[in-house]
Amino acid sequence: MAKEFVKQAVRSDGSREIAAERQFSIKSFFMQWEWMLVAILLIINIINTCLSPNYANFNNIMNAMRDFLDKAIIVFPMAFVILLGEIDISVASIMALSSVLMGMAYQAGVPMPLAIGIALLVGTACGFINGIILVKFPELSSMIVTLSTQIIYRGIASILLETKSVGGFPSWFSQFGWGKVGTIPIILIFVIIEAAFFAYVLHYTKFGRRTYAMGNSVTVSRFSGIKTDHVKLIIFTVLGLFSGIAAVFLASKMGSVRPDVAKGYELDIIAMVVLGGVASSGGKGNILGTALAVLVIGFLRYGLGLVNVTSQVIMIIVGALLIIAVAIPNFRESIGKANWYIKLTSLVKQTNER
Amino acid sequence: MEKVKKLVLSNIREISLILVIIILSIFVQYRSGGKFITVENISDLMTETAILAILSAGMMVVIITAGIDLSIGSVMALAGMVGTTVLKYNKSMPSVVIILIAMVIGTICGLINGTLVAKLKILPIIATLGMMNVFRGITYLISNGKWVMQADMTPQFMGIATGKLFGINNLVVMAMIIYGIAYIFMNYTRTGRKIYAVGNSEESARVSGIKTDKTIRLAYTIMGLVAGFAGILYVCKFAVAQGETAVGYEMNVIAACVLGGVSVSGGTGRVPGVLLGALLLGILNNAMPLIKISSFWQEAIRGLIILLSIIANSLIQRNVQAKALRRRNI
Amino acid sequence: MNAKRLIALGLAGIMGLSLLSGCGKTQEKSEAPQQSTTSEKPTYVFVAKDVQNPYMQKVYEGFEKAVNEVGATALYKGPESATPEKQIEIINQLVAQKVSGIAISANDADALQPALQEAMKAGISVVSLDSAVNKDSRQVHIQQADPEKIGRGLIQAAYEMINGEGGIAILSATAQATNQNLWIEWMKKELDENKEKYAKTPLVKIAYGDDDPTKSTSETQALLTDPSIKVIIAPTTVGMLAAGKVLQDKKSSVKLTGLGLPSEMAPFIEDGTCPWMYLWNPVDIGYLAGYAIDALHTKKITGAVGDTFTAGSLGEKVVTEDASKGTEIMLGDPFKFDPDNIGVWKDVY
Repeated sequence: MAKEFVKQAVRSDGSREIAAERQFSIKSFFMQWEWMLVAILLIINIINTCLSPNYANFNNIMNAMRDFLDKAIIVFPMAFVILLGEIDISVASIMALSSVLMGMAYQAGVPMPLAIGIALLVGTACGFINGIILVKFPELSSMIVTLSTQIIYRGIASILLETKSVGGFPSWFSQFGWGKVGTIPIILIFVIIEAAFFAYVLHYTKFGRRTYAMGNSVTVSRFSGIKTDHVKLIIFTVLGLFSGIAAVFLASKMGSVRPDVAKGYELDIIAMVVLGGVASSGGKGNILGTALAVLVIGFLRYGLGLVNVTSQVIMIIVGALLIIAVAIPNFRESIGKANWYIKLTSLVKQTNER
Repeated sequence: MEKVKKLVLSNIREISLILVIIILSIFVQYRSGGKFITVENISDLMTETAILAILSAGMMVVIITAGIDLSIGSVMALAGMVGTTVLKYNKSMPSVVIILIAMVIGTICGLINGTLVAKLKILPIIATLGMMNVFRGITYLISNGKWVMQADMTPQFMGIATGKLFGINNLVVMAMIIYGIAYIFMNYTRTGRKIYAVGNSEESARVSGIKTDKTIRLAYTIMGLVAGFAGILYVCKFAVAQGETAVGYEMNVIAACVLGGVSVSGGTGRVPGVLLGALLLGILNNAMPLIKISSFWQEAIRGLIILLSIIANSLIQRNVQAKALRRRNI
Repeated sequence: MNAKRLIALGLAGIMGLSLLSGCGKTQEKSEAPQQSTTSEKPTYVFVAKDVQNPYMQKVYEGFEKAVNEVGATALYKGPESATPEKQIEIINQLVAQKVSGIAISANDADALQPALQEAMKAGISVVSLDSAVNKDSRQVHIQQADPEKIGRGLIQAAYEMINGEGGIAILSATAQATNQNLWIEWMKKELDENKEKYAKTPLVKIAYGDDDPTKSTSETQALLTDPSIKVIIAPTTVGMLAAGKVLQDKKSSVKLTGLGLPSEMAPFIEDGTCPWMYLWNPVDIGYLAGYAIDALHTKKITGAVGDTFTAGSLGEKVVTEDASKGTEIMLGDPFKFDPDNIGVWKDVY
């Protein structure tokens, strides 16, 4: 997370000296993406509180979190996928298929905990299939492969359940989506633990470092001895697993499963990851940013919805936010910080010489 | 013989697509009891696929620059909504003007996308994802949550989609013209070649003097123009403009392009290929109800065929490359 | 590096917590902005299946009228596309807003149950209309017309239109919509119970247009590729309109009937594509729902069988039991629109 601080100084003979050093300067610390997100989050909270007295109510906020946190479950593994430089648009369909098979199993008499296990298994299998295809056919882009599996998985769900829905789950099942420990929703606890887990893996394990390396350059990674195929496969499989988990939470929230659940989730999830600073060209980003982005989008939607801003306007705001958030750093770069620094130091040198 | 081999190998993509189409057609013809290859059905098929084909031609340009445009569905909706809303309040407006209005809207959207990607250096997927939301939100706002319905349109306007020129449906004619233009543009103009160059390697293109920023921005503007055009055709065909118009349509278009040989990493892709890709998708959509596949199976089968096509293509490419490699080594 | 991350996390956490607690204080100090729902006027919300559907908009017209008549505030909400997930989000937001009553047309009978039960626990009155939720998710359902009459009536109409010979196809809305499935059930029952009569008019296919004009159009075209289908029943206004256009464009001999808005379907009834169709007044449904929710909220009724209340200009209404052992209030009978009366009705709704 420490930014490399590039100093360009002009020597007295006019030549430039470039030194790259890691420096903990307050300025570079606060210029990071994550702080910008914190700032945005603060602004959103302030605006929302002003707009509605019902917003800044602890209970309401906890309830609101229940609504957007089921996407958050998938956001963290998706961050890994995007860090790799890949993408997976089939996650919503994996959710649909996992929950449908869970419902059918339960209907067929399978005990609920086992049915939940089936959901996780199906999710993992779907993720595995995605990964295997990508590994065996590396020339295919992940966009098109997951595009087709997106259609296939949801299609299978449609074939299985057609127009029906399966409900009637045991009453303890709804605890996943609705239950609380004290005042904290269970789903929030789960997401916090999950985020911590992924943060640990990404920043403190070899696996995480390998992911970053592959995002920067797959070829270089492979020649450095990283088993790129394994890493890719694992990441996609884990994404599938967590899609299955999210499916369980969603099914619990709705009390039923249908083939067309979670339609449109994938783009929201990708937007959250991207807003979190994970560059889709791979290699940049971290979990904290992603978590903040989830909060930003979630609270934004909730707060605005609370004052009955139409969802169309919210759409525009979220879209614009995404673009502005990405554009600002690029804007700064295109103006050219380094240029200013050089000009400044040469100015200083000149005035000193006089 | 050598010449034929060379011809086949250099067009292997298109030829394998044609083969797939022929095989598929024979299969469907057989299973549907001869209902597939009839004048009426083929004409329906072409009409259905025309809009997809037109959009694919535009998307091709963007993907070749190693970019992507996820916002075309929203641009179509916006252009269609604006065009038909103008029509609703000015029923005497000639249809050509309405189409032009839609195209202008589309071009503006494309220009915005292009500026975001080229000048502000935002990744295409992010920029177009964000703009997709923005454009669609604007569409809803303009329409105030209401649909523009048939009653608000004039028969003259609706005739654009149903009318015929020399016995061929208008939409098909327009698609053919657009493909002609696209072919000439991509293969015989400098700008077309520049687009390929930028897609292959942006750095090399810039170093060799091509104004990459302008070229990329142009690509997205073209896409916007095409999307605006296709959007007004779309609402004309379905005789309704709503906020939900063409949601998710971009995926179909991307699929058509990829099937047609356009690589998402940029630099490769040919106009005839894209046309065949769109055609293949259109045949899939048309054929499945004919062979009485339950609508629940259709989605899965469509996805499966797309997947198998790209895998098969990948295998063929590998084979061809391996053979080429062997020949070189000797 | 560790230290920095911890600092960042810590600061963010502190900010977050202080925000929540600090805001609690400002809550009392700040004046209530526009959306104060805990004040005198109750707020009743109509949650549509999807906010853009013209039929839903007409329902809201009636709802708003009734709510204004009883001196409350009306609100129109709904997702942009008909999914239950989005309706759950909306319900949760409404609970946080502390509205007084919710009238919902559901995209799924069961999926909204936990959310609506939370609402009822919070003291919000809940009724469903048009498309019902299951009996545990609501206090009462506003039924537009007897589903049995609708289902049987449509099949009988279709039968007559094709002179007793030919295949019947149904173009429905979303596959999980309660009202759709209920009517389709009755259609199937009518066919099953009178096998000899309908021997030559089997149900060939059920297609789902998802209440989306584009999808409904494609589905209709797919249906037309089957020559055995001679009549299409579309028990949804969106489906009727789309199918009508397709049939008109193709100058097809296939007939059309179902539930359609007279304002939209007038051209098709006039040219014979649709010989006749049925509906009820969507404005009335909304109106009745508005009065019902107010009656519940002001404790005039509790939603039990036998309760009666006055629904403005619609007169006295009574709560009855419905097929699923829940409670409902019936609006009336389906109304037939044909070439004779369409001229009058197409301007009404």
